[in-house]
Amino acid sequence: MESPKTIIKVDNLQTSFYTDKGEVKAVDGVSFEIPSGKTLGIVGESGSGKSITSLSVMRLIQDPGKIKGGQILFNGENLLDKSEAQMRRIRGNQISMIFQEPMTSLNPVFTVGDQIAEAYMIHEGKSKKEALRKALDMLKLVGIPSPEQRLKQYPHELSGGMRQRVMIAIALACNPELLIADEPTTALDVTIQAQILRLINNLQEELGMSVMLITHDLGVVAETCDYVAVMYAGKVVEYADVETLFESPKHPYTVGLLKSLPRHDIDQEGELEVIKGMVPTPDNLPKGCRFAPRCPFASDICADRLPELDELEDNSQVRCWIYTDEWDGKSGVSVKDDYGTFASKES
Amino acid sequence: MTTELLQVKNLKQYFPIKGGLLGRKINDVKAVDDISFSIKAGETLSIVGESGCGKSTTGRAILRLDEPTAGEIHFQGDDLLSLNKKEMRKKRKDLQIIFQDPYASINPRQTVRQVLNEAMEIQNVLPKEQRYDRMIELLETVGLGPDKLDRFPHEFSGGQRQRIGIARALAVDPKLIICDESVSALDVSIQAQVLNLLKKLQREFDLTYLFISHDLGVVRHISDRVVVMYLGKIVEIGDKKSLFDNPKHPYTKTLLSAIPVPDPKRKKDQIILKGDVPSPIDPPTGCRFHTRCPFATERCVTEVPELRNTTGMKNGHESACHYIEEIESGEMKPKY
Repeated sequence: MESPKTIIKVDNLQTSFYTDKGEVKAVDGVSFEIPSGKTLGIVGESGSGKSITSLSVMRLIQDPGKIKGGQILFNGENLLDKSEAQMRRIRGNQISMIFQEPMTSLNPVFTVGDQIAEAYMIHEGKSKKEALRKALDMLKLVGIPSPEQRLKQYPHELSGGMRQRVMIAIALACNPELLIADEPTTALDVTIQAQILRLINNLQEELGMSVMLITHDLGVVAETCDYVAVMYAGKVVEYADVETLFESPKHPYTVGLLKSLPRHDIDQEGELEVIKGMVPTPDNLPKGCRFAPRCPFASDICADRLPELDELEDNSQVRCWIYTDEWDGKSGVSVKDDYGTFASKES
Repeated sequence: MTTELLQVKNLKQYFPIKGGLLGRKINDVKAVDDISFSIKAGETLSIVGESGCGKSTTGRAILRLDEPTAGEIHFQGDDLLSLNKKEMRKKRKDLQIIFQDPYASINPRQTVRQVLNEAMEIQNVLPKEQRYDRMIELLETVGLGPDKLDRFPHEFSGGQRQRIGIARALAVDPKLIICDESVSALDVSIQAQVLNLLKKLQREFDLTYLFISHDLGVVRHISDRVVVMYLGKIVEIGDKKSLFDNPKHPYTKTLLSAIPVPDPKRKKDQIILKGDVPSPIDPPTGCRFHTRCPFATERCVTEVPELRNTTGMKNGHESACHYIEEIESGEMKPKY
């Protein structure tokens, strides 16, 4: 599916942390792109590398971490070639980011108004007065009641949902082309989460920006994203548009995740399907496919060699030997339909 | 067998707010405000609600980790609130709790052996010489190998640590286990493992669970009956099926509709509430949900609704709303 314009294209991104124990490959050859105006969801569990991917795009990786390879093409320009001064002009202006915990990302000693106004003063060279007026407009845009009063308040005087709205106001102040949202609603209650997700969606349409949403919640992905990348142990294991991913998930990890999710909207009798074992630690990755030790379908080749991310007929991409000619396991398996049978046979 | 293991009657838990020059009490946080429910032996009752609704406070009050302000808590015939400290400590053998954060609830300086031994020693459940065998058995029960006995908490992953928390609770052979957001900190794939384990243990050891969670998916999976709380009050109670398939309280409906469903084709009519949960220091008068409820009228502002069952509701399913019938028939329309 070739869309008219790609806002960002990440190609073979590699980010490692150099610790006493040696190199830890947190992000290991991640590639994806986001068409302009669309939302890409990056899902994965703790340690999958999803947050490090987003921080890498912002060039916010700190010692002992290092981006050691790949390309991040933003509007065709490689962000990895930019100087720190150039990056500072891009951050908060063309690419903005919001984090999970709004309390720790807001400055507790400045008022809400000052913090939003700062963006206008730095990036657009506005006067304080003018910047504060624009800050007020932003608070109105993100739906904060009595914005004139809120402008003069400090972060601790606001509720969690309000703080996240303020974070969004700061992030969107300079009309960025790309918003990176790292678990933006994870710390919020569901009714507030629904408000914030709708707000992001509405603002996206209004302002025409693209969104990269990092989350562990498949429900949030289904409701807000156009495309999805599933990450596992530093690699993308599946990439598809949202309908395809949920309707016909390909990778055994994606299928396992979907099946192990307790649902509030349908009856699931008996036990939940589980993915056995644990996520491998990045300093002790399996030699072949990283999911092989936990995969109910795993065969000889899986333990031996790492599969590539290959494109299938329905335009989705999957990193799994089952979909290749080299597959040496049982033929004719359907990962989606046979997952339960294979998983139970094993235990 | 439908004997009631635990009965909570008119439980209130207020936390004083001190202030002023003399540090006198100036107000209360009404965390739990007059709630009643009971749990049958062998069932799983869940309490759901958002932050600040009083669900965790309820669990802590039952164990008397905080001293309740008023009410009665009957456990197998005894009123827990009338027991003295020593008697209560003995009772805790039958009433255990598993917390959300296994990192914070296990002493980092103790090995698994010490953690389990301490639990058995305090409650004096087994003579010393039999404890080792019991510990190995417990580890096996929760799916950890015997080689883990002399390890420290930091050597385990989050899921494994939660298993240690479960083993510690089981060590004293409890009857009721309060699970306070016990799987909330875990990744989905690990969460499913722990949920299955809890279900298995319930069958094996005839356990009764009070399951406190904000996650309605988890609650639907594990519960027999569900209590929905909002700002210190029960707004709806019922068996799982009625509550999820036939919710009656506008708050329950909103809560269910707000949860994202992992199915992009199901575009549902989401009810999006305005505003935040009000403060429990000065909760709204009448029905506490009236400030956010799309159906609220003058009556909701002044009159506190009682839990009630009406036509079209299964036995035991109750909702605290003045307008169950009118909303159901479509006579009252939401004002968005």
